[in-house]
Amino acid sequence: MKNVKILGSGCKRCIATADMATAEAKKLGIDIELEKVTDFVDIAKFGIASTPGVVIDGKVVHAGGLPKPEDMAKWLAA
Amino acid sequence: MSHGLSTHPQRPTSPAAWIAATLAAVALWFALYAQLESVSAWLVAQLPIAPGSHIAEALRFFVYDMPKVLMLLTLVVFGMGVVRSFFSPERTRALLAGRREGVGNVAAAILGVFTPFCSCSAVPLFVGFVSAGVPLGVTFSFLIAAPMVNEVALGLLFALVGWKVAAIYLGFGLTIAIVSGWIIGRLHLEGWLEEWVRELRAGEADLPPDEQTIVDRIKAGLEAVRDIVGRVWLWIIVGIAAGAFIHGYVPNDLLASIMGKGQWWSVPAAVLLGVPMYSNAAGIIPVVEALLGKGAALGTVLAFMMSVIALSFPEMVILRKVLSLRLIAVFAGVVALGIVAVGYLFNALFS
Repeated sequence: MKNVKILGSGCKRCIATADMATAEAKKLGIDIELEKVTDFVDIAKFGIASTPGVVIDGKVVHAGGLPKPEDMAKWLAA
Repeated sequence: MSHGLSTHPQRPTSPAAWIAATLAAVALWFALYAQLESVSAWLVAQLPIAPGSHIAEALRFFVYDMPKVLMLLTLVVFGMGVVRSFFSPERTRALLAGRREGVGNVAAAILGVFTPFCSCSAVPLFVGFVSAGVPLGVTFSFLIAAPMVNEVALGLLFALVGWKVAAIYLGFGLTIAIVSGWIIGRLHLEGWLEEWVRELRAGEADLPPDEQTIVDRIKAGLEAVRDIVGRVWLWIIVGIAAGAFIHGYVPNDLLASIMGKGQWWSVPAAVLLGVPMYSNAAGIIPVVEALLGKGAALGTVLAFMMSVIALSFPEMVILRKVLSLRLIAVFAGVVALGIVAVGYLFNALFS
């Protein structure tokens, strides 16, 4: 079970990123626990300056803008 | 709405094919752009409308100005999208962290133009900068420049009003961002931040290295076109319609007497009027063009435009989450004073 956190205050891109994580995980057959982090304090603690951010098992893998689906698959599979 | 950049082949395989397709599209763009005026004149001439009449002029405005503006915007946004793929807020922050004031303010304002920024992430950006050791004044220089001096504003000013005004806007926009940020830094207002922001000391995320290929960067440019042009085209049409209305129906003397050079109060009034107005560069610039045509003074109109774009009420509401009311008031006051100063300076220079 992988823990996936999507950091962002609920903007359109953040929602699209969360949906992408769910879809890619399903495609790969990986079980994930998806968590949306919307609080500004919690977002800032991860050390990013742009949203959406993606954190997988505690490690920041992406910040700012919609990630590419291929990249999402790569992060999830790693 | 035809523009050259939509002619990319669907799936070129190699980077060379992508580069060739991009160059071909840009060449096609220039070929189309050069023919635009004659094509639109021919189109209007085919219609059963008396040449020179009001409606012919209005039509010409739409069939020539609209494609012209959209084409220029597409090219500028594409170019900027490619350039921006080399920058990220995290990288900009690393460049600015611990930087001295002065040099830091200049760097922040310039990086503000090139760093991808959306107002929905203004708060994470602000907190991310301040908590990683970017001085408060330097952070403000970035936050003022990023929305005000952007490719949409510059591209549209260039297309509708001319390169001189666009260059002046760029110069003065950067100056206001640099000076306002520097003043806020000198005032040492760190104590006016919300407490949780002051106490937060976040490290920097250890992001994987940027491994974008040239194809990724071209795609980033196309994505920017899809996103930005897709979002602002409606604003431009509304703006051009408002501009056309001003062109046709607002009496010359009325505007010249309110927004002309004679009235000392017109510049501050324009700034005050701009704060509650919520528009972006795309909607306001066609109006600017029409106001100028009606004899409004350049400084007054630019002050109005800067105020509408840089001092937006919704953005201040968002920033309230991290700044105290006093700090927001200082921020708005300093920027407003800067804009008023630019307005007066302009009216004095171009009289």
